[in-house]
Amino acid sequence: MPLEPAVNDIEQLKDKPALALLLEWRPEAIERAKWDRNELTIWVDRHSLREACIALRDGASTRFNFLADITCVDWFPSEPRFEVVYSLLSHSRKERIRLKVRLPGEDPNVESLTAQWPGADPFEREVFDLFGVRFQGHPNLRRIMMPDDWEGHPLRKDYPVEGYR
Amino acid sequence: MSLPFSANPVVEQLGDDRTMVLNMGPQHPSTHGVLRLLLEIDGETIVRIRPDIGYLHTGIEKTCEAKFYQQVVPLTDRVDYLCPMTNNLAYVLAVEKLLGLEIPQRAQWIRVMLNEMTRINSHLVWLGTHAMDIGAMTVFLYCFREREELLKMFEMVSGQRMMTSYFRIGGLALDVPLGFFDRVSKFADTFEEKVDEYENLLTANPIWKDRTIGVAKITYDDAISLMLSGPTARGSGVDWDLRRDMPYSGYENFKFSVPVASEGDVYARYRIRVQELRESIGIVKQALAGMPEGPVKADAPKVVLPDREKMKTQMESLIYHFKIVSEGFTVPEGEVYHAVESPRGEMGYYVTSDGTAKPYRVHMRSASFANLSSVPAMCEHQLIADVVAAVGSIDIILGDVDR
Repeated sequence: MPLEPAVNDIEQLKDKPALALLLEWRPEAIERAKWDRNELTIWVDRHSLREACIALRDGASTRFNFLADITCVDWFPSEPRFEVVYSLLSHSRKERIRLKVRLPGEDPNVESLTAQWPGADPFEREVFDLFGVRFQGHPNLRRIMMPDDWEGHPLRKDYPVEGYR
Repeated sequence: MSLPFSANPVVEQLGDDRTMVLNMGPQHPSTHGVLRLLLEIDGETIVRIRPDIGYLHTGIEKTCEAKFYQQVVPLTDRVDYLCPMTNNLAYVLAVEKLLGLEIPQRAQWIRVMLNEMTRINSHLVWLGTHAMDIGAMTVFLYCFREREELLKMFEMVSGQRMMTSYFRIGGLALDVPLGFFDRVSKFADTFEEKVDEYENLLTANPIWKDRTIGVAKITYDDAISLMLSGPTARGSGVDWDLRRDMPYSGYENFKFSVPVASEGDVYARYRIRVQELRESIGIVKQALAGMPEGPVKADAPKVVLPDREKMKTQMESLIYHFKIVSEGFTVPEGEVYHAVESPRGEMGYYVTSDGTAKPYRVHMRSASFANLSSVPAMCEHQLIADVVAAVGSIDIILGDVDR
């Protein structure tokens, strides 16, 4: 299966139920969409992320009931620096979708999903610990992997692989 | 429902002088590694319980960013050290998806077969240690007897008992050695009787039932909102198995059923895993019966290391060999998330490529990390003696939790 070029045009992707639902729900919150290697990625405005997840969970045509994963990618030194990545899974429709939120390097923060999916608690703490992204509304945003008094966020690209000496 | 990892260390929040705080681990033998649990107890009842993790954090995700794509494979073994092949598979499938590689049938089938053997291996360790935690010593010895045979077979294909690194991006390291399939088939023929032996010791055992039935319950809704997967979720009625529902690596060619139970207690999870042992050996037998012939490496000279013989006799192969080893191979830009059903649940790899020979970011979504969230929901308002049964029943591997 040789690679097909990615589709970046929102107009061409409107037949995907998830994107159609989000466009109908709040078109101004959708920044970009991409269909690449059979995976759909939607970039969402950081202030709409939580509500977009709820809309996708409750929408009759989407039913993304399961939050599979939360992680982050650091694009240092470009801006916006961070991309927080959410993988949603629909058990009934056997489909995955990826939501991304772009955050600036200066004070990166996004809404927490812990109220909807309590299981997001350790995942968000991990992203906070290793990238320094803050989740607003998280009840206990402390380090989870590194010691409490650790300096820096190890998975950032400007953090040396060997650590600070 | 309270948040699984939330609340500051319980010590700080003690307002009630009726309760006391008890520290369990990180060296407690029944925590299967270095899990630390903070328990706030009122008499023998648990008021609150919080897992504290990070003792095994080795920064594997950071290390991956400094390696070539093919050098990451051995690192993935060390994430979940009881099912190295499953981790290898999730990673190589993700990279193969990034590259758009087609994998030969035979390699896919051998991968499936070894994955199911790995699942059996992992479930055997779980069954033995879980039973021992609850007080049944004999099962442990029985399980490790069969596990030894499995490890010898892993050594046969890869040269290693535990950290196998047998899968490669684009196929397998080598075809299986002569006599391997015979040995597997001998093992598969007798294994079901062995499962009967374990079940004779436990399934109808009144002490075992007393310790497990109705203990550490998880409801269906909690299982979804806590992001649980694998047998832990299936024990609560979540009918979901990636092998069946989103098949990968040729799983669609195999017939197997996915055991699901609705009780949500320790006994349900026990029954599901034991049933999975039987299903897995069924898949191994099907793989043996229908094993296709052909190559075990994809036809992609820029990605797959050439045959040793070709490398010595053909200039072109030698060049490819030199280039792959010295500067790796580039992967087109993009990102993929690929998940497989590990013995513990959804093991997913999120790999981002920036077009160079090293992954820009590798994230491992490990099932143990998510499943650990279920501990508070299982244990709060229960007896302290059931903590060990609850923690054992979600089958956590701390290497997988901390990475």
